[in-house]
Amino acid sequence: MAKSELELSWKDLEVGCVVSEPGNASQYRTGDWRSVRPVWDTEKCIKCGVCYIFCPDMAIKKTEDGYFEADLYYCKGCGICAQECITGCITMVEEEE
Amino acid sequence: MGERVGIEVSLAAAEAVKMANVDVVAAYPITPQTHIVEHLSELVADGELDAEFIPVESEHSAMSVCCGSSAVGARTFTCTSSQGLALMNEIVFIAPAMRLPIVMILANRSLSGPLSIWNDHTDVMSVRDCGWIQFFTENGQEAFDHVMFSFRVAENPAVSLPIMMNMDGFVLTHVIEPIEFWDQETVKQYLPDFEPVNRLHPDNPVTMGAFGLPGIFTEAKMAQDQALINSKAVILEAWKDMGDLVGRYYKPVETYHVEGAETVFLSMGSVGETVSLAVDQLRARGKPVGQVKLRLWRPFPFEEFREAVRGVKQMIVIDRAITYGGVGGPVASEIRSFLYLEENMPIITNFLCGLAGRDVTVEDYMAMFEKTEQMVKGKVRQEDYIIYGVRE
Repeated sequence: MAKSELELSWKDLEVGCVVSEPGNASQYRTGDWRSVRPVWDTEKCIKCGVCYIFCPDMAIKKTEDGYFEADLYYCKGCGICAQECITGCITMVEEEE
Repeated sequence: MGERVGIEVSLAAAEAVKMANVDVVAAYPITPQTHIVEHLSELVADGELDAEFIPVESEHSAMSVCCGSSAVGARTFTCTSSQGLALMNEIVFIAPAMRLPIVMILANRSLSGPLSIWNDHTDVMSVRDCGWIQFFTENGQEAFDHVMFSFRVAENPAVSLPIMMNMDGFVLTHVIEPIEFWDQETVKQYLPDFEPVNRLHPDNPVTMGAFGLPGIFTEAKMAQDQALINSKAVILEAWKDMGDLVGRYYKPVETYHVEGAETVFLSMGSVGETVSLAVDQLRARGKPVGQVKLRLWRPFPFEEFREAVRGVKQMIVIDRAITYGGVGGPVASEIRSFLYLEENMPIITNFLCGLAGRDVTVEDYMAMFEKTEQMVKGKVRQEDYIIYGVRE
């Protein structure tokens, strides 16, 4: 997707709005939808990876030291990670402008 | 040219689908469409037609299968009526948005209730705004010819839209008419192989039917609208080429005795032939009456229609569907709206008739003409629409 959809005129669209570039959903910044973001308390985190497993968008990645963090390009702030976290180490924090 | 045979119009239409060498037929039987799909399933079972006949469990599935088969590049046909169209409604709107060139015969039947199997146009008018190319046939020969026409127009890469061929239930589907068949060589000359614009294929993966956010939806609709409008050029060319090949030249708007006519009837579908008889009788009495037949309904043939009714003072629009609580039948409301900005707009009277198979005779059309004259002269109040022949 060379252009953002807001730059496309109706003449630019493929016939039937076919998406001709496979896998280009990865270019879509679903992080724009987020109003709250997950924040990990590494004091409580036991590195179990439950948050990583439950994230519906695979937007949680493992850091070099074995903890986890959200990829904010994709994280929609749904809060499932915080809900599922065994030790309650994830807090959903309001996004500020 | 092929031979002329006496055959039920439904069977002739099915034979035409066979001659078009269709790849996939997915349909669910419903009166009065049944004979078309029954015959196609026989042709496949007997090995006369090398196609997949998919006996789906509902019309919703029929149209879904059609979308899938068309998307992989198979020439696709289906056929339904009334409640069947209502049940497939969701997918009917998706097919043109995905630009899938499915051919569907709609054997027109009243939408329930009361439960009815008989003919009128309430089914097709319920999907007026679905985005398909829509046209009406008037007799068996037109129905046969327009199967080939439908595949050719729909699959043209510049069009790539589904097409709905309307064919009045019983009045056309169940009558035996003398029909001139095309020979296979003529079909081959007229109808090229289907080369889809986009095709679902593992070697070149694409996504079809993705969602559209508010930021792109309006553009998508604009593109779809333009595609339907632009299909008219291909439609005209397909009619011209058919005329050159088989000698029958069709037009988006047909006229009958419009020269010097002050009043014209506007008809769609099989009632047209009865209206023509009424016009003959009125002309014999010295009344300046003519007839305009609207064959192409979507895209609406604005220029041709404007030309056909130029100079006309009164127009009697025959509607075969009700718009409950509205300003008139669907055809009349559209014609009034279209002509509103024209200079010398004719007076338009609107008769809703022939609902659920009720006969409308030559005498009835002449009575509509009389009533229109009275309304025009101010002898009776002009009404937005009249449900003709209703018992008080």
